[in-house]
Amino acid sequence: MNQPMNQPMNQPMTPGTSPAAGDTSGLWRQVLRRLRRQRMSMAAAALLATILAACLLLPLFSPYDYYTPHFDLLSRAPMLAGGHLLGTDPLGRDLLVRVMWGCRISLAVGCAASLVSVLIGVSWGATAGYAGGLADALMMRTVDILYSVPFVPFVIVLTVLFGRELWLIFLAIGAVSWLDIARIVRGETLSLKQREFVDAARVSGVRGAAMIARHIVPNLVGIVIVYATLAIPTVILFEAFLSFLGLGVQSPLASLGSLVADGTSEMQSHPHLLIVPAVFLAAIIYCFNYLGDGLRDALDPRDG
Amino acid sequence: MAAAAPPADVPLRIRGLSVSYASERGRIDAVRAIDLDVAAGEFLGIVGESGSGKTQLLLSILGLSAPRAELHGSIRYRDQELLGLDVAALNKVRGNRISMVFQDPMTALNPYLRIGRQITEVLRVHRATGARAAEQRAIEMLQSVHIPDAARRMRQFPHELSGGMRQRVMIAMALIAQPEILLADEPSTALDVTVQAQIMSLFQQLRAGTGTAIVLVTHDLGVIAEVADRVIVMYAGRIMEQAPVHALFAHPRHPYTEALQQSIPRIDAPRPHRLPSIPGAPPNPASLPPGCPFAPRCLYRMAVCDARMPPLVEASPGHWKACHHEGALGKLRAEAA
Repeated sequence: MNQPMNQPMNQPMTPGTSPAAGDTSGLWRQVLRRLRRQRMSMAAAALLATILAACLLLPLFSPYDYYTPHFDLLSRAPMLAGGHLLGTDPLGRDLLVRVMWGCRISLAVGCAASLVSVLIGVSWGATAGYAGGLADALMMRTVDILYSVPFVPFVIVLTVLFGRELWLIFLAIGAVSWLDIARIVRGETLSLKQREFVDAARVSGVRGAAMIARHIVPNLVGIVIVYATLAIPTVILFEAFLSFLGLGVQSPLASLGSLVADGTSEMQSHPHLLIVPAVFLAAIIYCFNYLGDGLRDALDPRDG
Repeated sequence: MAAAAPPADVPLRIRGLSVSYASERGRIDAVRAIDLDVAAGEFLGIVGESGSGKTQLLLSILGLSAPRAELHGSIRYRDQELLGLDVAALNKVRGNRISMVFQDPMTALNPYLRIGRQITEVLRVHRATGARAAEQRAIEMLQSVHIPDAARRMRQFPHELSGGMRQRVMIAMALIAQPEILLADEPSTALDVTVQAQIMSLFQQLRAGTGTAIVLVTHDLGVIAEVADRVIVMYAGRIMEQAPVHALFAHPRHPYTEALQQSIPRIDAPRPHRLPSIPGAPPNPASLPPGCPFAPRCLYRMAVCDARMPPLVEASPGHWKACHHEGALGKLRAEAA
């Protein structure tokens, strides 16, 4: 960064300085180091990266697309010959390309909706928790009321009003799942508020928004990242559930959820139509869960 | 050593301060009608057992009492009344003119912020000091509290430092704005004994160097005896005795102080059969007796003790006590012998 800091940064290169003593370069490097020690999490991260790369790249290089029917190749089983590695669906579309598109959509919905819910949830929860008193009561009762709105009718009303749009799914799921994180964050903020470093900062003259941004939110990063990682699979399942009900993505576009839904109707005659997307859905969800678990352990700056 | 004559410059004057809370068990009077002066540059020790109100007293000075606490009386810093002051005005004083070192260095530093950022916070809030200058000043401050390799420590997180090191950081943080008064709430209780001694000598050095008045709250009489000029003994939210340190230890005038001293095991005397202790327990703060709160445990108890709280009177120059008993003490020592 600036001048006086460069010196100690160079030190680990000289022999005799222990690498641990020089390793002050940041919280995130330490988190990574601890995460790397957790095999399941690393395996999950690697698998997730592979799936992500595959679903981004494969559709670009495949000779097939996800929407053009081929009526001479209906519901073929997976085979090495003929180019359809994972077979075709009842309209003769390449299943591999469709599943990759499904992964794209499911991951996009999962990440975008989780991001929305984290942004709303953290600001809402931290403000309510830090403000306390009447503001807290009002904000959290609002959350309670929104909690009691049934999800499926809410989505149906949205689709009736705005039509079946992909962004609507982001919005609907995000609008519901921020409630959980707001509650968690508020609870955590209440306990952080009691910690002495908040008093110490108050004595230093830090107030209101600056206190929340500088002292409360950084301490929430751990649980928020963990929660977000664990929320992504929930959101993906939510989307799968909506697609299963026919409220999700619009055909011919597919999500993993809608592919599974289509697959169930053919599961006796063509089981691969169910099994292939289901395996990808399960793999993605497991990966996020393991990654979230590992992050939870790695993000606590207090140990090792 | 002992401040004999009362110094002229008294920046902090507390008069009739009471702090009370409403709780499920009823009203809790944590601090009751306390008068307290802090003279410029003095080292004032406040001793008392847990629940005697000493921490509440410190917190109330900086406006850190719990939101539902009720405060009465007056806390004046220079010519400004701090009690009931709005946050913006209070912030001009706290951290800046009066600052505080907290009890537990493990929880008083934000675990997610680098040391440098936490130390410079006061400067950035109060003085609008530039980042570069603030950093330079913070490094100097860390060096003055004897932290080696300060520039590197600035980049570290609290968990990378030991307990004693963290408490030094807290002290550096509290002193960086060159406050006139430093409040320290049991700053060494969470540390082991050798580190405790280092921290105490650091306090003394810093006071000698900067002229900052230090108010040290502790339950450790030994620590007070070493470092303080003047001592206040608190019990159940009241001041029991107040005296220059030598007078207090040589000639305690309050039975409670005497009992406390007798409870310290001595290394130079034959080991007693049992370690002496004060019989009974401190009164329930939710239902304090109308008279002297120490009366039920006191060897010199008289009828008047249960009826009226004795006022704090100056028994000899600079030596104040709140006790109805007029004669000499010494019953305890006689009994122990």
